Amino acid sequence: MLQFAEALGRYSARAFDGVGYAASLLGESVYWTFDGARRGQPVRFGAVVLQMMQVGIQAVPIVTLLSLAIGGMLAIQSLYSLGLFGAESYAYVGIAFSVTREFAPLITGILVAGRSGSALAARLSTMTINQEVDALNVMGINPVRYLVAPALLAMVVMVPALTIWSGAVSMLAAGLYVSVSLDTTLVAFATDAAGVLAPADLLHGFGKSVLFAALIALIGVVNGSQVKGGAEGVGKVTTRAVVQSISAIVIADMVFAYFATV
Amino acid sequence: MSLTASHIDQTPAATARDCPIAVSGLNTHFGDTQILFDVDLDIERGEIMVIMGGSGSGKSTLLRHLVGLERPTGGSIRVLGDDLATIGSNDLMAIRRRLGVAFQGGALFSSMSVVENVKLPLREHTKLDERTMDIMARLKLEVVNLAGAADLMPSQLSGGMLKRAAVARAIVMDPQLLFFDEPSAGLDPVVSSALDDLILRLRDAMDMTIVVVTHELDSAFKIADRICVLDRGHVLAVDTVDAIRASGNQRIQNLLNREAEDEDLDAEAYLARLTGTA
Repeated sequence: MLQFAEALGRYSARAFDGVGYAASLLGESVYWTFDGARRGQPVRFGAVVLQMMQVGIQAVPIVTLLSLAIGGMLAIQSLYSLGLFGAESYAYVGIAFSVTREFAPLITGILVAGRSGSALAARLSTMTINQEVDALNVMGINPVRYLVAPALLAMVVMVPALTIWSGAVSMLAAGLYVSVSLDTTLVAFATDAAGVLAPADLLHGFGKSVLFAALIALIGVVNGSQVKGGAEGVGKVTTRAVVQSISAIVIADMVFAYFATV
Repeated sequence: MSLTASHIDQTPAATARDCPIAVSGLNTHFGDTQILFDVDLDIERGEIMVIMGGSGSGKSTLLRHLVGLERPTGGSIRVLGDDLATIGSNDLMAIRRRLGVAFQGGALFSSMSVVENVKLPLREHTKLDERTMDIMARLKLEVVNLAGAADLMPSQLSGGMLKRAAVARAIVMDPQLLFFDEPSAGLDPVVSSALDDLILRLRDAMDMTIVVVTHELDSAFKIADRICVLDRGHVLAVDTVDAIRASGNQRIQNLLNREAEDEDLDAEAYLARLTGTA
């Protein structure tokens, strides 16, 4: 029992440590982004673009595929459940809300966490072990400015962009399925869906995606820089980064939904 | 204990000398463990100071202090006129542009070619145009005999080449101070000896003050102007190579002999195993 309490305490202390560290990383990244140029140490545009390619552009095919599947799945389930009441023609309501408010940001967030959060943790932990982070420091190059800020910026731009794309593709897939099943047109589905969606719903999804992006980047960096040991350590922190960021995304999703809706 | 060379060095005349690095009363703790005990060390301009000791002696920690990667618990570390124990982060960044560090494994950035690695400090700290940076980087690579490998990626280099590339990157800003962390670790004797020659050449040709951390006696005796012997966090002596060799201090002699004995034993056992006479 005492051991359990001790372990719990140690774990909580470490978690708080991590959160504090993440907050200071966020602050420092914002600082370097806006004030770095004045101090002669700008955040390099090229580095941000490179990260954007890896985080965003290269993820487009897989995001598209998953969004098609999600849209189709939602259409099938909506038609089935609403069919019990003979209300199939209202399928667009549930689909439009759930895609823009939930599924697009969630599926994009989870995907980016798996693809890029892990890559970020792996890259940073390898660099820490190889003393590359020390090397940056002794060269007078701030590692947060050079490594963290570009990754964070790229995430915060590309995850919302991917989310918008994911939403559009999901709606298209759902619309196609529904219009074929109910023998209506895609245009009718699109008009109906656009009719129920308010700007607040789109903002809801968008705001979430920005939050998820920051969570993925910071969790990746915090884990990456806490690496201990060699190659085994890299594997450990990479796995931990993915698990933590997906958990954080799902929990933050619920909290965000509560405060933005209720 | 108090009659070590480091204390003899601390005469008023010594402090008046030109010392780009002056450590006094340095104490370091990691958690509850004390790593360095009251370390005093003056390093003179233009000399090669070898910090020597076994593993766990605190020599790597001392190096990390000298380049500002660790903050001390007590004492002062004056590097190029500023005390690293109390310096602000902006001033520390400025100091670091005037020193170069060659890390044990090279610490080259694996995503960039060798020449891009060497160019990085120029790119981040100067406003030189691309062509000038390229010429400067390639010149430094020539200094370390790596001109032919400029466009290779770090993963394509051998251990010795990696270390030389790291040296090129460390000297690209023409630093006043150059630090080496275990230059001979993981290298065969021939390559290691070539690296020693490079260190000597750098001091003579580029007028640098060089600090080398190593546990290799051969290398230390070959390149050092003075040697600082660390043992379990204490400075046992700071003196010339000859004086260290001739030292009457039992712990220094143990340190020198134990290493030699270990090597002899290993070689004989190996030979015995090879010839099957064990």
